[in-house]
Amino acid sequence: MSKVLVVTSGKGGVGKTTTTAALGAALAKNGQTVVLVDFDVGLRNLDLVMGAERRVVFDLINVIQGDANLAQALIKDKRVPSLSLLPASQTRDKDALTSEGVAKVIDDLRKKFDWVICDSPAGIERGAQMAMYHADMAVIVTNPEVSSVRDSDRIIGMLDSTTEKAKNGEKMEKHLLLTRYDPQRASRGDMLGTDDVLEILSIPLLGIIPESGDVLRASNVGAPVTIAEPESAAARAYTDAARRLAGEKLEVTIPTERKGLFDWLFKRRVS
Amino acid sequence: MTFLSSIFKRRSSAPVARDRLQILLAHERTSGGDGKDDLLAQLHREIMEVIKRHVAVDQDKVQIKLDRGAHCSTLEIDVEVPGLTDAKPAEKLAATPAAKAVPQSKKA
Repeated sequence: MSKVLVVTSGKGGVGKTTTTAALGAALAKNGQTVVLVDFDVGLRNLDLVMGAERRVVFDLINVIQGDANLAQALIKDKRVPSLSLLPASQTRDKDALTSEGVAKVIDDLRKKFDWVICDSPAGIERGAQMAMYHADMAVIVTNPEVSSVRDSDRIIGMLDSTTEKAKNGEKMEKHLLLTRYDPQRASRGDMLGTDDVLEILSIPLLGIIPESGDVLRASNVGAPVTIAEPESAAARAYTDAARRLAGEKLEVTIPTERKGLFDWLFKRRVS
Repeated sequence: MTFLSSIFKRRSSAPVARDRLQILLAHERTSGGDGKDDLLAQLHREIMEVIKRHVAVDQDKVQIKLDRGAHCSTLEIDVEVPGLTDAKPAEKLAATPAAKAVPQSKKA
């Protein structure tokens, strides 16, 4: 049974694209077939984070408009063969995302993949609505920060009212993913804690991703953090989150960096 | 593994990011972001037009691969042409025409 998952947040810059790449790669490494779909028409970035920016020939809009078929537009990951990417168009405007077109593409992708992961653009406009409309489940990416929590609440409201599931009277499965979490600051009381955010948003917790330099390093080299630095704290947190998505019952913990002997002896230099 | 790899792996990643961005932006600036084709896209379109003029091309039997580099880009168009001549069914005609230097907009 294939699942359509939307990664959304309302607010920009909280880590939707990073999360899409990391969760998708983690699921694919686990043997699932996964496609990542970028819905950020005009400002695509998933291709860059995945390191596929040089290989884009066709995009989602080309498929919707019939200029290319799905197989031609899908870009296979070179590191994990069961992982594919459907890029967004960089040039055309988002009115080209027609409801029927998107429905058809998602439907076709469902037949080919175990997981269809839709990377939503920021905001609550058409692109974001199209990304969430066909979803079976949603990952709401939230930073422990007031504006992010507020926007997440708004998005949760939209997931419960404007999606296909909502219109059919069904419940959308929603998961909270806390990113850029700093346990020290939270314990000092200078950052919203997990309990605070969970209490306010009251949806189940999928995972807590600690703030980590490995995430930036991974996007620099164009690889999901779960591929580039699989042993890092952030990658382990994403891997656990992916296992929970797939139905495993795992206790939510915040992984910490494992310092190797070498790292410990020579503290990493900041250039 | 962690010990050895930590020696080799800790090369800084920012230069990689800078190089990737330079290649990508050079391409995006020339295409102007308004849907105008760059050279590679234009080649792709025209090559397909020529092929279509001679044979009926099934869209599902066309594979296109692209790799944009700083000094060299490749465009690989793989067209399956059904029953070209008498006996042989579905012969594959691989066209890899554009392993060529693509002019990049000069760095400022």
